[in-house]
Amino acid sequence: MKGWALLCALLLAGCRGAAQSVLEPAGPSAARIHALWNVFLAICTGVFVLVVVTMLLAVLRRRVDPEIGSSPPEVDAEALLPKEKRAHLHAKAVEPATERRLAQWVATAAALTVVLLLVLLVTNTLTGKALAALRSEHALEVEVVGHQWWWEFKYRDPEPSRLLNTANELHIPVGRPVALKLTSRDVIHSFWVPNLAGKRDLIPGQENTLLLQADKPGVYRGLCAEFCGHQHAKMAFLVVAEPPEAFEKWREHQLQPAAPPMELLTQRGQQVFLTGPCVLCHAIQGTSASATVGPNLTHLASRQTLAAATLPNVRGHLAGWILNSQSLKPGNKMPPITLPPEDLHALLAYLESLK
Amino acid sequence: MSSGSVLPSPALPDAPPLESEAEARERAQLERTWSPLGGLKGWLSDVHHTTIGRRFIVTAFIFFLLGGVEALVMRLQLARPESTVLGPDLYNQVFTMHGSTMMFLFAVPMMEGVGLLLVPLMIGTRNAAFPRLNAFAYYTYLIGGLLMNVSFLLDMGPDTGWFAYVPLSGPEYSPGKRVDVWAQMITFTELSALAGSVNMIATIFKLRAPGMSLNRMPLFVWAQLVKAFMILFSMPAVMLASLYLAMDRLIGTHFFNPAEGGDALLWQHLFWFFGHPEVYIIFLPALGILSSVLAVFARREIFGYLPMVLAMVAIGFIGFGLWVHHMFATGLPQLGQSFFTAASLMVAVPSGVQIFCWLATLWGGKLRLRLPLYWILAFFALFVFGGLSGVMLGAYALDLQVHDTFFVVAHFHYVLIGGAVFPLFGGFYYWFPKFTGRMLSERLGKWHFWLFFAGFNLTFFPMHYLGLMGMPRRVYTYAPDRGWTDLNLLATVGTFIMAVGLVLFVVNVFWSRKRGAVAGDNPWDADTLEWATSSPPPPYNFLHLPTVRGRYALWTQAVDQPIVTGVRSDRPEVLVTRLMDAEPDHRMEQPGPSLWPLAVALSSGVAFTVSIFTPWGIVIGAGLALITLTGWFWPKKPYREELLEEQP
Repeated sequence: MKGWALLCALLLAGCRGAAQSVLEPAGPSAARIHALWNVFLAICTGVFVLVVVTMLLAVLRRRVDPEIGSSPPEVDAEALLPKEKRAHLHAKAVEPATERRLAQWVATAAALTVVLLLVLLVTNTLTGKALAALRSEHALEVEVVGHQWWWEFKYRDPEPSRLLNTANELHIPVGRPVALKLTSRDVIHSFWVPNLAGKRDLIPGQENTLLLQADKPGVYRGLCAEFCGHQHAKMAFLVVAEPPEAFEKWREHQLQPAAPPMELLTQRGQQVFLTGPCVLCHAIQGTSASATVGPNLTHLASRQTLAAATLPNVRGHLAGWILNSQSLKPGNKMPPITLPPEDLHALLAYLESLK
Repeated sequence: MSSGSVLPSPALPDAPPLESEAEARERAQLERTWSPLGGLKGWLSDVHHTTIGRRFIVTAFIFFLLGGVEALVMRLQLARPESTVLGPDLYNQVFTMHGSTMMFLFAVPMMEGVGLLLVPLMIGTRNAAFPRLNAFAYYTYLIGGLLMNVSFLLDMGPDTGWFAYVPLSGPEYSPGKRVDVWAQMITFTELSALAGSVNMIATIFKLRAPGMSLNRMPLFVWAQLVKAFMILFSMPAVMLASLYLAMDRLIGTHFFNPAEGGDALLWQHLFWFFGHPEVYIIFLPALGILSSVLAVFARREIFGYLPMVLAMVAIGFIGFGLWVHHMFATGLPQLGQSFFTAASLMVAVPSGVQIFCWLATLWGGKLRLRLPLYWILAFFALFVFGGLSGVMLGAYALDLQVHDTFFVVAHFHYVLIGGAVFPLFGGFYYWFPKFTGRMLSERLGKWHFWLFFAGFNLTFFPMHYLGLMGMPRRVYTYAPDRGWTDLNLLATVGTFIMAVGLVLFVVNVFWSRKRGAVAGDNPWDADTLEWATSSPPPPYNFLHLPTVRGRYALWTQAVDQPIVTGVRSDRPEVLVTRLMDAEPDHRMEQPGPSLWPLAVALSSGVAFTVSIFTPWGIVIGAGLALITLTGWFWPKKPYREELLEEQP
């Protein structure tokens, strides 16, 4: 029985992939918004139920024969007329006492609305203040550049040689705030990791800041939330939150240039890379490839996904992506590349060696 | 100008209206004066408000069906993960078409059409104030709608969303003509809406029946008035924006290009300065419909006339102060965010007051559960639901999570379908007998209602949860491991159930037009003046122009209620009254049928359409417009007796 439940849980977790939900906050920002959500949800549900119940009661209360004509409409018409003409009216006056009671109810409901809205406004403002006041000293600074349709992450450092450029996979240390500097090179994108924080737009010509912090280690899925053209649907990324030591280790490793290829096959693969069209867009530190149009590939093999968290990073997908990425993500900016099978084989071996 | 006068009518209260010889003569004369010309020319030159209003409604409904088909196709694509019904290119076109069609080609023109059809009848006059402007508004709208839909068929459909954010819609990232088509469609429909609103304001202010002072105007008319003013102030913002965009694209200006000193966010400010009021432009007239229907089926006056009117006017003002809540994620200063959050929540106060007044009306009324009321009751549940999720979206901190997700999609469909389409259907069942003389089938109508209601909730309720699960808007596909599959499938099933309901509605309309029960002039025992004339109304609306002495004109009618006399029946004359108290002021002769509005609309059509391809379009179009406008405004020959009068 227990094993069965465990299996179910595992299957469920397997189906879900990386976490991506507003309702499972894993950082202070998302947690505060989640608390705010609970307040809003409770109050709004209450109001909704009240309104609908009132309406249903009103409907049940005084229904009449659905045929028109048997009951006169009730309007306050008599007040308009001199006394002798009242008899001619086929409308009868509404009951003043009822009207007064209704007026009291409406006034009470309106006052209650104002009070509830004030409560919501204040909780929202408090949450907003708390979000803005999240600690940002000692924050890790990462520049996020949106591209159609992938993410560039540049870890800033006072030492120029320690600038780190990677793509589509953001590693962050658990428990430490990360100040993301958001810009875009082309159109407007929006950076959103539902489990960690609210979204913030990446706008060309301006730099926005978003504070991100994860309290629990894990892999969280992020995505572009602003429509940005053809492949807006396939512009995601992973946030890998690790304990600080693991993060530092990752960072040190990523700062290393790509290891020179040792085997014949990978050496040939590097030749294919450097003499082919790849170098027009991509960079691999430690080689002469240094273009910045597409994602930096220095440690490609260390990433979990390809094509902005669209595909798992396995050999088959990599091969398919190189030969005809248009069939996997139509409209993306990488052209199909024709390679003889042995060249492709060597190139794949080389790229897979870029751990 | 001579003044129209108000005399007591000789009609007897209960006797069948036997027409005297004089009346029959007058009726024949009115018939001659107001009937449209015959043939194709007559059809194209008709300028009467009932004809143009009906055309608006039918055209907008056809666009609604097209937008609905687009929705079905999108839902098919999203029913399963990684489905290949549509590729990204086509999907992006389809969702852009769906949004643009529903907002610009269905919702606003539909509300205008309903207003145009009903307001002159409801205020007791023979036509709208500027009949030719009406015809022009309709043709412009039609050309704009055709332009966009034909372009779509030619694979030139816009693909950057109904909001067309720059720089994505700019020259660099959207080469080709797709966005130009969209921008010009906007220009067309805005032009049409502006013409319509000017006409609506003049009609409401100056043509009301004697006695219908401002504080006796039906709430429907108030709603149309506030709507018209909102159009007047909001549409110029989007016309300006779409003009800037068109210039950026066509002649290389840099309004929105940050690299050349332009600003990418400027577009969003201009667009939402229009875009948020747009929601109220759609939904205020629906509130008017609601008040009309509710009074009749609750058999009592609407509770709280003054608060209702003030609430509508307040929404009209506050509606202009909320646009930034569409832009919370762009990174505004904290103070600005709090300000716009407060404004966004504030609009819930007048909306709430209206809801409470209607509930009080329900509570104090004697309800007749007929079809129109079904839709109104559903409105309460759905609109309040959508309003509350709107409060969530208006609160800036919460918005950062739910913005641009399916939560928003769910929210605005609750507000726009629940808040506008449901009342529209209610109003349709209510007014159908007035304009066809026959009742819609109650049984088919109930099927339509329940299928539509159930399908609607199946479609849009799960979307709230999808949004919280991180599903963003405007994605053409999603991976199977996201956990979104089942709810998406459910939503797709719901959409098809709605579609079945809609098909039944269309069947009902066609069946009932010919075979429905004969309605009579006032089948619901309703209160407003359109029910005082025959069903369908004659081309001159009323044989005797009515007067009014209460908010519920027919319910407060006296046995010896006066009628207006002295307005000529051998010329298309209307009675102009004063703005506040609707005292008779003077008679005005209206322009008759004319082909010129069509000609002017066609020349502006040439200007806008050709300018998509070459700036010379403006030059050619301006020349044509000059010629056609000259024709339009060419002075009319004076009548012979007026010439004689001028002789010394």
